[in-house]
Amino acid sequence: MDKMLRNKKTIFLFTFPTFLLFTVIVIVPIFFSLHYSTLKWDGFSKEIFVGFSNYRNLFVDNTDGFIQAVINSLVLALISVGIQLPISLLLALILARGVRGERFFRTVYFIPVIVSTVVIGQLWMKIYNNDYGMLNAVLKAIGLGNLANAWLADTKTALASVFAAMLWQYVGYHMLLLYAGAKSISPDIYEAARIDGAGEKDMAFRITIPLMKPILCVCIIFAVTGSFKAFDLIFVMTGGGPLHATEVPTTLMYTTIFSRYQYGYGSAMAIFIIVECLVFTLVINKLFSKNVDN
Amino acid sequence: MKTDPDRRPGRRKKKITASSVVLYLFLGIVTVMQVYPLIWLFLFSFKDNNEIYSGNAMGIPTVWRVSNYTEVLTSGNVSIFLLNSIIVTGITILVSTILITTSAYAISRMQWKLSKAFLTYILLGMMVPLHATLLPLFVVLKNLGLLNSYLSLILPYIAFALPMGVFIMAGFYRNVPREIEESACLDGCSIYRMFYSIVLPLVRPAIATVAIFTFLSSWNELMFANTFLSDDNLKTLTVGIMSLSGQQGTHWGPIGAGLVIATVPTLIIYFLFSDQLQKSVIAGAVKG
Repeated sequence: MDKMLRNKKTIFLFTFPTFLLFTVIVIVPIFFSLHYSTLKWDGFSKEIFVGFSNYRNLFVDNTDGFIQAVINSLVLALISVGIQLPISLLLALILARGVRGERFFRTVYFIPVIVSTVVIGQLWMKIYNNDYGMLNAVLKAIGLGNLANAWLADTKTALASVFAAMLWQYVGYHMLLLYAGAKSISPDIYEAARIDGAGEKDMAFRITIPLMKPILCVCIIFAVTGSFKAFDLIFVMTGGGPLHATEVPTTLMYTTIFSRYQYGYGSAMAIFIIVECLVFTLVINKLFSKNVDN
Repeated sequence: MKTDPDRRPGRRKKKITASSVVLYLFLGIVTVMQVYPLIWLFLFSFKDNNEIYSGNAMGIPTVWRVSNYTEVLTSGNVSIFLLNSIIVTGITILVSTILITTSAYAISRMQWKLSKAFLTYILLGMMVPLHATLLPLFVVLKNLGLLNSYLSLILPYIAFALPMGVFIMAGFYRNVPREIEESACLDGCSIYRMFYSIVLPLVRPAIATVAIFTFLSSWNELMFANTFLSDDNLKTLTVGIMSLSGQQGTHWGPIGAGLVIATVPTLIIYFLFSDQLQKSVIAGAVKG
């Protein structure tokens, strides 16, 4: 048996195809991106090495709105952690405590996560539509017709409208993770707390939430990096418009590369997004591990 | 809310109190918010432009135009898109499952020096955002003449399914008792035979989990599909419908029908395997 499990030929046969495909398609392109990001290149003419100047252009004398795009994604991260996660946590705690139909609610809340973003995007575009959208119809029905608006076409409301759809889509995702975290806490702890006279609120804030720190950490990391990487829904709903109002780094990267053919500059954006995600992941992890030590 | 000892799961029947009414009202409102858009899409798919623009975009259709579905399936490209999605997703699931089950087995069961390092290397992939690979893959595919081919999607979909799949699978193999394999091999079968007829059947739930995950991510994928394919005959469902809805003079009813057709397979799979899927999402997040 052991001899069989040490068979080099089998090991090679079992792992090499995975190794090869993964390396060529996931790992190598990152080094390509790094390389491209030091070039001035449109994909057709000869590439010119420009060092770090693409990176400098992202932030110094920037004219294409990259800084605003980064700020937009930071705002998204902030409201994702500040609004979406608390809603998810509340739902998770209610369901984990045991209500009738627990499984039904859990299953239903997760539905938007599995539906294609194109479908979700089309849905919300109809909801926000100026002429026949559901939002304006509801506003008119409750006598607030003067608030009716072309939500996605107005630069003042477009960003908030897109973000609302994104928060809506992933509430169920965080709810599920937090629910699993809350469920994994041993019932004995609650039993003991109850004997000591703790109320529901005490138990939620003093026992459940503190014990859920590891999964909360995961959720915050997902919410933040997910905001930095957000692309699909914005791409479908506004493409970053109107007038760059809903631009985030990924959508700007896409148009920089595929509409303006600035391959080098666009790659610098891609690298920036990776580094941003890595840094925030490390920082959030660090903050949480410090907290656990105390 | 005061403590009520009966409020733990699985205890006696609860009394109807004001707080529980508020609670269920809240859960109910959230339910409507999460599901209503899909119901609305379903209703929308039976309407025509007249009805939508004349103020009945939200309600029950006056006439149920099943013709929207027959029209979109027969005249438009939607049936081609659907077929493309099935081909791309099908091959992706098949090949990725083979790669994941074998390499995860080698990682968690077979004895070789680099097994840990190999696992770490593959898991690195969970950190890589798709965007960082988009342009390099585009350039390479273009140079190889592979843009506008099924392969241009299948290869990246498989590669990006590997990290999560290997992670979930390796965890499952570790829980399979070694004795089963050992006793099976007393009669001296080959490792391939043992893997195929003893090990794989034992981890069937994990295979289902991984396959569902791969299904969802490749069926719904947008960025690669939108970038690598421009030929209408090769577009997958999501991208194809997006391009249809961008055209002038769009007939919204049939588009709605197309969106429903794109969504139904995911919903069916979700409802069939929702427990499995929820477990796999959790397993994927708790990677420690």
